[in-house]
Amino acid sequence: MTQVFLGMPAGGQGNLFESEPFPKAAHRELGNTQMRKNLRHATHTIRDKRLKVVGELPDWEALRDAGSVIKNNSMATLEERLLEFEKNFTARGGIVHWARDADEANQIVTDLVKATGSTEVVKVKSMATQEIGLNEHLETEGISAFETDLAELIVQLGHDKPSHILVPAIHKNRTEVRDIFLKEMPVVDPNLTDEPAKLAEAARAHLRKKFLAAKVAISGANFALADTGTLGVVESEGNGRMCLTLPETLITVMGIEKVLPQWEDIEVFMQLLPRSSTGERMNPYTSLWTGVTEDDGPQNVHIVLLDNGRTRALADRFGRTALNCIRCSACMNVCPVYERTGGHAYGSTYPGPIGAILSPLLTGIEVEENGSLPYASSLCGACYEACPVKINIPEILVHLRGEDVDAKREKHKLPTQMDLLMKGGSWALGKGKNIGLLEKALPLGRLAAGKDRKIKKLPGIAAGWTQSRDIPAPPSKSFRDWWSDEKESK
Amino acid sequence: MRIALFATCIVDAMYPETAKSTVKLLERLGHEVIFPKAQACCGQMHMNSGYMPEALPVVENHINAFDTDDYDVAVAPSGSCVASVKHQHPYLADRLGKPELKERAKAVGARTYELTQLLVDVLGITNAAEQLGSYFPETITYHPSCHGMRSLGLGDRQLDLLKTVGGITVNELPEADQCCGFGGTFSIKNADVSSAMLDDKVKNICSTGASACSGGDASCLMHIGGGLSRTGAKPKTLHLADILASTMEETVSL
Repeated sequence: MTQVFLGMPAGGQGNLFESEPFPKAAHRELGNTQMRKNLRHATHTIRDKRLKVVGELPDWEALRDAGSVIKNNSMATLEERLLEFEKNFTARGGIVHWARDADEANQIVTDLVKATGSTEVVKVKSMATQEIGLNEHLETEGISAFETDLAELIVQLGHDKPSHILVPAIHKNRTEVRDIFLKEMPVVDPNLTDEPAKLAEAARAHLRKKFLAAKVAISGANFALADTGTLGVVESEGNGRMCLTLPETLITVMGIEKVLPQWEDIEVFMQLLPRSSTGERMNPYTSLWTGVTEDDGPQNVHIVLLDNGRTRALADRFGRTALNCIRCSACMNVCPVYERTGGHAYGSTYPGPIGAILSPLLTGIEVEENGSLPYASSLCGACYEACPVKINIPEILVHLRGEDVDAKREKHKLPTQMDLLMKGGSWALGKGKNIGLLEKALPLGRLAAGKDRKIKKLPGIAAGWTQSRDIPAPPSKSFRDWWSDEKESK
Repeated sequence: MRIALFATCIVDAMYPETAKSTVKLLERLGHEVIFPKAQACCGQMHMNSGYMPEALPVVENHINAFDTDDYDVAVAPSGSCVASVKHQHPYLADRLGKPELKERAKAVGARTYELTQLLVDVLGITNAAEQLGSYFPETITYHPSCHGMRSLGLGDRQLDLLKTVGGITVNELPEADQCCGFGGTFSIKNADVSSAMLDDKVKNICSTGASACSGGDASCLMHIGGGLSRTGAKPKTLHLADILASTMEETVSL
């Protein structure tokens, strides 16, 4: 059937939205001193590890370029790549399902699980299923989903939300983890200590039973290779390997942007990803599977290819490179804003700098809930510098701010203080003679500063500045006037 | 060379001494400095706040002021404003569908330099005391501003030059590469996060025992200086142009 283009592709749904404006959420999170201490320690440790292993590679910058080029090419030919993947995955005995949005994906997975007769599934850590809220949906359908990644398990047992895409329980320290285990695990040693090895042992004992009993596993995927129809998961704990090999049925939910053209491409990404995410040269477990292998591993293999706003993001010519993201989390580990607010402040499944661009690109910026995310950055550029596929996050943040202002312009009739400030600024800074005229008033500012030559309180939206900073008294004469008086008159 | 000074709006209105220092340095090296009076601002505040149509007159004004044959290179005592001229002006023209303006923006950007870029890369200055007569007998620390460091790739140019000033002691700033939290309207839109970032920067500066924190961007220095002043901390802020322009005969005081 030929599709007629009817305007912008639909926006994504699910856990992609701010729950409240970022400044408000940040204000609350900044007050959580335990969380800030945990985060500072964790992000700084990962930063140092990343720098060390990245520094070992003399061709790191060339690898980043290669990663960026491969992703750009893949995105430019996405339709062909996906159809090629579908053909090859199907030829090897896998079954492909296409999901336009979160609802469709949740429904497909639910139907597949129900068809097995099972009411329990084990899960490999997956951002796509977080994004669509799969666990919550399965629960309403009477299906229990058990997270098997240690940090995801902590989050799930603690009835909490992930705050980081790689280390979702980064906001918890080990004492807090022990308390959650003691309270929530059905069978647990009451004398459990907060020693990491003991905590891991407790989780292991808890999970082993689940692995051996599970008939269905649900995973995400780090990549799909179009030319062979292969899927891949990269992980550290071996829980993924168990989920991907032990159950009879394996259902993978993957965003359509994860497809790479060819098998050789993983050479580049397997060098970029572990170094950028955990700061390791190589991750402990890399699992690759291509359809069904008779009498070995799952015999019913499905993949749900998820759009949920990705086509929409792809249509934005200044923002589309955000889809090149390989979910390594290097950007959030180096971000000074994320380090202080943590991931929950961003509301969406995707926190940090990448989340601040990806969430509004997927949902559409005119969805007002995500309007404050692109402003959650000082534009320092640390994220761009760390990104293994060179996504120019600061540039996209600025672009999305422009989209946000334009969208609001159409909706609101009354100008805000910021609108007025910017309109006035456009006049004042739009001509040399206009700024020159205003600078004649500098002595008035000196008057306002008073004896100690500091301005300590500003009105309106500028009050945010003077909550923690003074403004110096302005000079009596601008440079422009000095130049006229001293240089031109002589 | 005939060098056009792009003073930047904040230096023009709030820190005229820094522009004068820039003029002094270049004249000391025997160059002619001009000040195109049509200039006003790079428009970064508008663009970074998302007000693209409002940024257009500001950006057009800058391009009109500097797209002339009247000079060889343009220089600004700011990494951030130069990065905006080089990277954001072509983006804005592209976004608003103005291909001709984009080409002119690229041409202006190509011959616009941040001060230490010009001094080191074009004019071959590697020793400030010997080649510029710089003298500043104080202990300072140095904050590398983000846009100069990352968007322009200045590396250690600013710090290395400061270290060669006569009489100076430069103490290393812990966590120097961390943003001070300014970010233009970020500092008022996300005032709490910005303040938390500033707080760490202020503490780190105080830990160095320096009497001043220097840097290459007046806006970041105004932010840091505002935090130091509010907490009653001793260190002052001083733009690196003012330190480089300071001599044995005319020593800048803090």
